[in-house]
Amino acid sequence: MLISSAAYFIGRRKALQSVQGDVRQLHSLPGHYGWFSAMTSLLPGMIIILAWIIFGPVIIDNMTLASLAGLEGGEKIQSLSDFDRAIYLNDIHNLAVGDATSRPVTESLTFAAQYYQRAQQDIFWIFSLSAVAISALAATLGIRKISPTMRSRNILERLILSGLALCSLLAVLTTVGIVSSLIFETLRFLDHVSLADFLLGLKWSPQTALRADQVGSSGAFGVIPLFAGTLLITFIALVFAVPVGLLSAIYMTEFASRGARAVFKPLLELLAGIPTVVYGFFAALVVAPFIRTSGDFLGLEIASESALAAGLVMGVMIIPLMSSLSDDVISAVPQSLRDASYGLGATKTETILNVIIPSALPGIVSAFLLAASRAIGETMIVVMAAGMAANLTANPLEAVTTVTVQIVALLTGDQEFNSAKTLSAFALGLALFTITLILNFIALKVVRKYQEQYD
Amino acid sequence: MENTSKAMIKARNVNVYYDDNHAIKNVDLDISSGTVTALIGPSGCGKSTFLRCINRMNDSIPSCRITGSITLDGQDIYDKTIDVVQLRARVGMVFQKPNPFPKSIYDNVAYGPRIHGFARNSAELDEIVFTSLQKSGLWDEVKDRLDTSGTALSGGQQQRLCIARTIAVNPEVILMDEPCSALDPIATAIIEELIEELRSRFAIVIVTHSMQQAARVSQKTAFFYLGEILEFGDTSEIFTNPKVEKTKDYITGRYG
Repeated sequence: MLISSAAYFIGRRKALQSVQGDVRQLHSLPGHYGWFSAMTSLLPGMIIILAWIIFGPVIIDNMTLASLAGLEGGEKIQSLSDFDRAIYLNDIHNLAVGDATSRPVTESLTFAAQYYQRAQQDIFWIFSLSAVAISALAATLGIRKISPTMRSRNILERLILSGLALCSLLAVLTTVGIVSSLIFETLRFLDHVSLADFLLGLKWSPQTALRADQVGSSGAFGVIPLFAGTLLITFIALVFAVPVGLLSAIYMTEFASRGARAVFKPLLELLAGIPTVVYGFFAALVVAPFIRTSGDFLGLEIASESALAAGLVMGVMIIPLMSSLSDDVISAVPQSLRDASYGLGATKTETILNVIIPSALPGIVSAFLLAASRAIGETMIVVMAAGMAANLTANPLEAVTTVTVQIVALLTGDQEFNSAKTLSAFALGLALFTITLILNFIALKVVRKYQEQYD
Repeated sequence: MENTSKAMIKARNVNVYYDDNHAIKNVDLDISSGTVTALIGPSGCGKSTFLRCINRMNDSIPSCRITGSITLDGQDIYDKTIDVVQLRARVGMVFQKPNPFPKSIYDNVAYGPRIHGFARNSAELDEIVFTSLQKSGLWDEVKDRLDTSGTALSGGQQQRLCIARTIAVNPEVILMDEPCSALDPIATAIIEELIEELRSRFAIVIVTHSMQQAARVSQKTAFFYLGEILEFGDTSEIFTNPKVEKTKDYITGRYG
């Protein structure tokens, strides 16, 4: 860093000197030459540091293991399986920082830990010094190249361009990484359970036996009850949120005075800022008991964790989303269309029903789809309000569960990583991801069609 | 569809304020049936504001305040007993930019008759749509594609569609706010011909920035300047022999 900033000033000075201070003779601005020098020194240094972060630990580990080979019992380590060696290394790491280890501390382990610590320090210094040295070297080379005719501006532009491209590549790669990890784990899951059983099974009880003689050793991985629960809760949420959100958006854009809008809109958007956990306990502690007591009153038997409670609270959660998206598309309907309708003697209601809503409909539909995909992906409210029982039911008064809740349940606690139970979480995740992806895709398409209409 | 009633609008001592801005000052104007009245004057002089007073389109602007009286057939249109919806059915409006609804051509024209319940059955509605499109000179161009979107037409066709839409409600007065300012000369010529044809059935008030257009289409001309009418009279008279110096300067293009 220091070297780079020094390089900036040296490069800038050199560029100026080379033309005796006459900036116009330079191809680029003096600052460009400065940045060029700074970049030539910074980039190699950063590559070294990056290499250290990625490869450093591996190198140290290998050195540590190699050092053990000379010791008594070192032979044994070479012959260990990959998995056991990883555990052994983990113990070395733990001992080196003073944590508890999983095996009795032997002489060789202590030796390895000390060696590891030393190696870590050594390698750190080697890399740091080489990074500094290479930076300085690159800076000198870069500065030497500076001359009035050098096109440092163009080089800099290209650097910035590749920096930008790198950032977008990162986002894409993350997506690819997530999707591919989902897909690979799902494929492993499908080794245990057939695709047909997964997609079409009517029973969900992901308990696999640890020992073969255990009772209930066969787990069932039918995904239909989970998706039924998800759809039921999403449906309840949308039935509640879509009319409320849409009508409030219409009120805000068409009727509310400026003052009322200034008060209501931030309040409504405040709803969007409430963490979903808070919604969750609101659902579990207020709404669900309320529904139960009113159910008792009407002579209905309602579970204390019901799809209805979760759906309603989730509806409250997506009202701001629905409302502010619809608000945007309704405001985007040109004023000239309203004028035209009023000019023909239409009332406000007629104008809204016949002109504004049809014009904004594609936008409203996409708002609806985005709200739906948000509701499908929601977890916390359902965990707290709808329960964990995988019932296949259309009755909103019973406890149901959703895909997201099951993923949480499958992955919390101590788990074997390669059991069908754990792996099924990935399969569920992939299924969920596919559904929300499709919804978002449709929503985007619809929005695009809508934009073409007015531009 | 024949409109026999003689619409007569009398504006007396009309003042319009936007907050503290006195936009229109003591305007008196008579608009008679069978006549095209042109409102001319430099930008920001209150022509459009005055036009929008006649069918109360300014109602939706909260800061706008109006004093004085405007009567339609002797009835004050700002009277509390007047339903603004019915008023606008009698006083139609065509806007500066063509603004067809993003619906089919048929539905665009049928919109007004539908909301006012003019047609008892679909045959009657068809008839209204047909005559309106024919009167606006659009029928031959669109008769084979009535179900395509009104926004897919060319600018001039869109504006004639808007006129057809206004005619379909069978108003007595049509207000036109610079109806040709967004159109090319050919489309403008077609609209001007159309205005001439419509004159026999409707009272037409047109705001325009084109002196030639005012001279071509109107019988009466009012010259607005800074919110006042400086001169009002027969178009031929104003354009050949203006009495006020400012009018003369404006129509001869010395400023404006």
